[in-house]
Amino acid sequence: MVESFSPRIVAFCCDKSGYVAADMVGKLRLSLPESLDIVRVPCAGRIDALHLLQALEKGADGVLIFACHEENCQSLTGNIRAKARMGYLHGIMERIGLEKERLDLCNLATNNGAKFAETVLQKFDELKKLGPSPVE
Amino acid sequence: MIKAEQKPVDEILDFLKPHRKILLAGCNACVAVCHAGGEKEVGILSSALKMARKKAGQKIEILEDCSTRQCEPEFVQELKEKAEEVEAVLSIACGVGVQTVARMFSDIPVYPGLNTTFMGETDELGVWIERCQACGNCVLHVTGGVCPVARCAKQLLNGPCGGSQDGECEIGNDVPCAWQQIYDRLKTIGQLHRMEEIIPVKKWGRESRDKGPRTISREDLKL
Ligand code: SF4
Ligand code: SF4
Repeated sequence: MVESFSPRIVAFCCDKSGYVAADMVGKLRLSLPESLDIVRVPCAGRIDALHLLQALEKGADGVLIFACHEENCQSLTGNIRAKARMGYLHGIMERIGLEKERLDLCNLATNNGAKFAETVLQKFDELKKLGPSPVE
Repeated sequence: MIKAEQKPVDEILDFLKPHRKILLAGCNACVAVCHAGGEKEVGILSSALKMARKKAGQKIEILEDCSTRQCEPEFVQELKEKAEEVEAVLSIACGVGVQTVARMFSDIPVYPGLNTTFMGETDELGVWIERCQACGNCVLHVTGGVCPVARCAKQLLNGPCGGSQDGECEIGNDVPCAWQQIYDRLKTIGQLHRMEEIIPVKKWGRESRDKGPRTISREDLKL
């Protein structure tokens, strides 16, 4: 069963970095898992703890945040806030017995299509090993 | 305003163990301002609880609501229909709201999802600090707008203790000495003579809880 398990990943992508990088993946002719869902947000700072947790609750095996590099956020601290919210949720996930690896963040720039693909694939493999979300 | 923080999720899960359908009720007043019990927090806690229970193989159904003010019976009344459908209520209002809900829905258990902590102000985004202990006889006019009851570690009413050092309280942890702050402020506003005014000891009943819960009664407002 685990063999055929294809982890569902929801990636929240900042419009100023992650989303552009995701767009580049196609141009680089790299492939991404079909079970990846991309949510475009104006800034990583717009991603609320509620959105991240509800993605996990509603069936994602893993959630990724793609934000600008630190000190390079166009809204100054959106990426830092996203990171802090992830930390807050890691605390809750720990208490309810949900593996912290199911929620992760990657800082990148617009031209990092390769890094985007690599991060998604790495998370895909990690989640495959971890198995389906225990709350699905 | 009243400040509170969420209880650890595992503690909440523990007292919700016997229940399979609950109402999670927030409050859109004070506790929403300190991001502990507003609409968004209802959503986050609900999601966390549902996931934890699903994982444990004991699903829980959660109805969600958020009152305008949970400490007012009129607003709590609006929760009635939902409350009738559930086995228990988990309230993430302050302790006052929890008790209003418990009083109004007297036949089902009502649990607190928050630890109500103090009355305070926003120090910076995400940081709140205690400012008033509702002592019942405000002395801020004598103390330059700095409360010695809430801000002095010993609640001294008439000047500092001997431990005040370079503006810091002797308890350490970078806590400013309230009496130094009072002195500085009185000096700034040209009222240093106030330092010599004696603040009397607090009175029984109105200024303490020795006579049970304190009440305010206004004849002009009663029906
Ligand atoms: S003196 Fe009493 S009422 Fe005034 S701020 Fe301090 S605790 Fe509150
Ligand atoms: S050092 Fe100042 S704040 Fe601390 S207990 Fe003494 S008088 Fe109160």
